Amino acid sequence: MTLTFEDFPPGHFGTFGPRRVTREEILAFAAEFDPQPMHLDEEAAKRTMLKGLSASGWHLCSIMMRMMCDGYIGRTASLGSPGVNEVRWLAPLRPGDDITLDVEVTEARVSRSRPETGIVTFRSVVRNAAGQALCEMISPIIVARRAGVAAE
Amino acid sequence: MRFFEDIEIGQRRELGSFTFTADGIKKFAAQFDPQRFHLDEEEGRKSLFGGLAASGWHVGSVCMKLLVADGQRQAQEALARGEKIAIWGPSPGFRELRWIKPVLAGDTISFASEVESKRASEKRPEWGILQARNTGTNQRGELVFSLLATAFVPRRRGNP
Repeated sequence: MTLTFEDFPPGHFGTFGPRRVTREEILAFAAEFDPQPMHLDEEAAKRTMLKGLSASGWHLCSIMMRMMCDGYIGRTASLGSPGVNEVRWLAPLRPGDDITLDVEVTEARVSRSRPETGIVTFRSVVRNAAGQALCEMISPIIVARRAGVAAE
Repeated sequence: MRFFEDIEIGQRRELGSFTFTADGIKKFAAQFDPQRFHLDEEEGRKSLFGGLAASGWHVGSVCMKLLVADGQRQAQEALARGEKIAIWGPSPGFRELRWIKPVLAGDTISFASEVESKRASEKRPEWGILQARNTGTNQRGELVFSLLATAFVPRRRGNP
C-alpha cells in the first residue's frame, strides 16, 4: 500500500532503526567527500574540537536519508524535495554508534500550484544508543494526494 | 585556510566544478537515497526531474568535497608563503538548503562560496563563527543549489 499525502497528519510519525555505523563507512565517506582530519585520522581527530574520530555531517545526513527511504519514503508517492529548512549537527557521530531516527510531521498542506500534491514537512532527530541527539533536520517532501481528491 | 580576522563579508571563492555521471549518481543513490528517479534513467524521465537526477545529498556532499579541496589549496599556498595555517573547526549546521533545479546525469556544476556574516563565538573565545552562501551553477548558467552554511573558524588571537 503506497503512502499518500493523507497518510501524513501532523504529529509523531515513527521511529526507525537502530542502524550501526562502522568505522570503515565513516572513513570511506570522508575520503570521498569530506577529507578533513576530524573525519579521517584518529590521532589528528583527538586534537580537534570534536575530540576524536567522527563522521562527516554530510555522511550523517545521507544515512538519515537512507533510514527515511527504508522507513517510509520507499513506499510513499514522493515526488522529491525542494530543499532542507535547517540542519543542526548537535554532537559527533562516532564509529560503532547505533543510531535511531525519530520522525515527526510538523506541517502538511496541499500545494497551491499543483493541487494534486501536498507538501509534508518533517522534523527528524537522530540519536545514539545513549539517547543523545546527534542531528536535527527540518525538511519538506512533495507527496502525491490520493487518486481523485484533486478533482473534488 | 584563512583565519577569522582575514575574512571579509562578501568575499567569494570559486571552488571548481564537478561532472555528475550516470554511474556516480546511481552509486550514491544505491547507498543513501534509493528512490527510483535517482536509480534509473527511464524512471527519472517519467518523474518531475525529467531525467536521471542526482540525490540532493549527493550534490551537497560534492559541494563539501570541493570546499575541503579549496581549503587544502589555500593551506598549501599559505605554507608556501611561510604563513601559519588556519585549521577550520566543525560546522554546527546549515539553513536554507535549496535544490532549485535537478542535477541530471552529464551536468557539470560549478560551486562557489560567498561570506555573508561573521561574529565572535561567545562560548569559545579562540573561535569565530562564519556564515557563507554556498552555491552550485550548471553548465547553462542556471543556479541549481544553494545553502547557508555555518562554520567555526579559528582566530589568530589564542592560536599563536
